[in-house]
Amino acid sequence: MTTLETESPRYPAAAPEARPATAFFDTRLARFLTGAFSVSLGLLIWEVLSWHFQPLFLPSPQLTFYAVGELWEDGTLLQSIGASLARIMAGWSLGLVIGIPIGMLMGYFSFVRRLLDPYVEFFRFIPPIAFVTLAVIWLGPGEASKVALILYTTIFIVTINTIAGVLSVSELRLRAAAALGAGRLQTLLTVIFPSTIPYMVTGARLAMGNSFLTIVSAEIVAAQVGVGSMIWTARNYGKTEWVFVGIITLGLLGYACDRIVRFIVQRLLKRYAVAV
Amino acid sequence: MSASPSPADRSESACTGADIRLEHVSVAFGEHRIVSDINLHVAAGEFVCLLGPSGCGKSTLLNLVAGFLPATSGKVSVGGRPVHGPGRDRGVVFQSTEALFPWLTVQENVEYGPRMCGVPRSTRADAARRYLELVGLGHAGSRMPGELSGGMRQRAQIARVLVNEPSVVLMDEPFGALDAQTREVMQVEVDRIWRATRPTILFITHDIWEAILLGDRIITMTAGPDATFKTVAPVSIPRPRELTAPAALELYRDLREDIASEVRRTLQAQGLVREGLVREGSARDAAA
Ligand SMILES: Nc1ncnc2c1ncn2[C@@H]1O[C@H](COP(=O)(O)OP(=O)(O)OP(=O)(O)O)[C@@H](O)[C@H]1O
Ligand SMILES: [Mg+2]
Repeated sequence: MTTLETESPRYPAAAPEARPATAFFDTRLARFLTGAFSVSLGLLIWEVLSWHFQPLFLPSPQLTFYAVGELWEDGTLLQSIGASLARIMAGWSLGLVIGIPIGMLMGYFSFVRRLLDPYVEFFRFIPPIAFVTLAVIWLGPGEASKVALILYTTIFIVTINTIAGVLSVSELRLRAAAALGAGRLQTLLTVIFPSTIPYMVTGARLAMGNSFLTIVSAEIVAAQVGVGSMIWTARNYGKTEWVFVGIITLGLLGYACDRIVRFIVQRLLKRYAVAV
Repeated sequence: MSASPSPADRSESACTGADIRLEHVSVAFGEHRIVSDINLHVAAGEFVCLLGPSGCGKSTLLNLVAGFLPATSGKVSVGGRPVHGPGRDRGVVFQSTEALFPWLTVQENVEYGPRMCGVPRSTRADAARRYLELVGLGHAGSRMPGELSGGMRQRAQIARVLVNEPSVVLMDEPFGALDAQTREVMQVEVDRIWRATRPTILFITHDIWEAILLGDRIITMTAGPDATFKTVAPVSIPRPRELTAPAALELYRDLREDIASEVRRTLQAQGLVREGLVREGSARDAAA
């Protein structure tokens, strides 16, 4: 910490000379160091706090890292990550495939919007957790119930964002398309769809975040494997450090997934002006 | 949506335009009467410029012909057929270059119209290249609209409209956002393209010189609300036009006064400007 401190620039009195100093904070190295500093500080606080508590109450970072090793060795960690990720990916992609067309149709045809609005407006306030029990009763304790819950989580977020996107397509583009001879359906596919892509991406990213919320609750209630069930099983063994492993895994996994989505979007959807 | 005229060989003077007819046309938005009792006949292949104070309803008239807006009363027809909604027989060049689709390349933008009516890939690619060539963008087909300058984007818009071979081209201040030099180049280009392809053109502008350079006829409008046509001036200066011709200068003065008097009238009606200020302004202009 003190070494980082010495790197912080001394502020010169004259404004023009201040430039190189502020520029330093924009370099890649400086940005990395800032992040690393922040993380180290968090770990340090965690460490200091853990001195004052029982491991059952607050395991130390060291103990947690041992637990990571332990869970990695016996394959539990990888298996849990694999199971949770597979459920999220299945439910999430299915949610996109269903939610985007529904959103497009609801945004474009006011009749469809009026038809489905009561359901969207009703269910979007009901958190997926409320359906965990029902999902298990209806779909059994297998994969289907978990995937369905992620699907449920994704669909409303994506649909609502897509509708917002369709409704905000600029009148100018619609007029241009119409004057160039595009029919209603053609306009939907060739103008409204591409114009709405940034909104879909926003919806997809939000839904990805929420899928992580859902998967943990679903797995806690009904699953043999998965990050959520790993967190829950820890209780039976009195291993609080496994809970920490689960939490850290979820955080890193979510971050990685978002990074991957951003990377793909930047690569493939750049021309649709998606800001990520 | 009607079919475009056959893309058969088009000689220099062959007229492919259709006439535009507005009969007793009025438009009101709720209580607000925008234009009243407009009568206009634009002959096939004619180039008509519309001038008028800001907010008088020029865009409204153009939107009527484009089919973006229904007339509150009266008849609008193009080529003898009443207008119901937009169609590819009436191309529109918008002032804003946002009208180009930013996710398509320039070439793809120009191909858009033919693609929508099912023209095969290679045919439409050839047509798009031909029209990009015509507007001087032969080299820029693979670029994205966002990578072009304002003038180039307007050329792309014009190519995108012309590739449909519309019988009517509607232009709403197409060069309003361009710098003076680019604008001059574009004016010469439009004059050349119009003479080469001969659609009927309805062209809205704020720039009196632009109207004199391009129009067969120049129509000025009164200030709104309830605007109508004020004067209709045929331009008899031979093309390509030189704006230094005495006839051009005289026409400029007349039009300038027409529009200034309308602006003055509204400002006085709103009680915003004292007589002195307006007089001073027009005196300076006359001296220029
Ligand atoms: N959708 C609308 N609802 C109500 N009033 C409108 C609407 N669209 C236009 N107007 C009004 O109609 C009038 C004419 O508008 P229009 O855009 O045709 O003017 P314009 O002559 O093209 O002006 P400018 O030269 O500034 O482009 C304006 O006073 C405007 O406020
Ligand atoms: Mg206008």
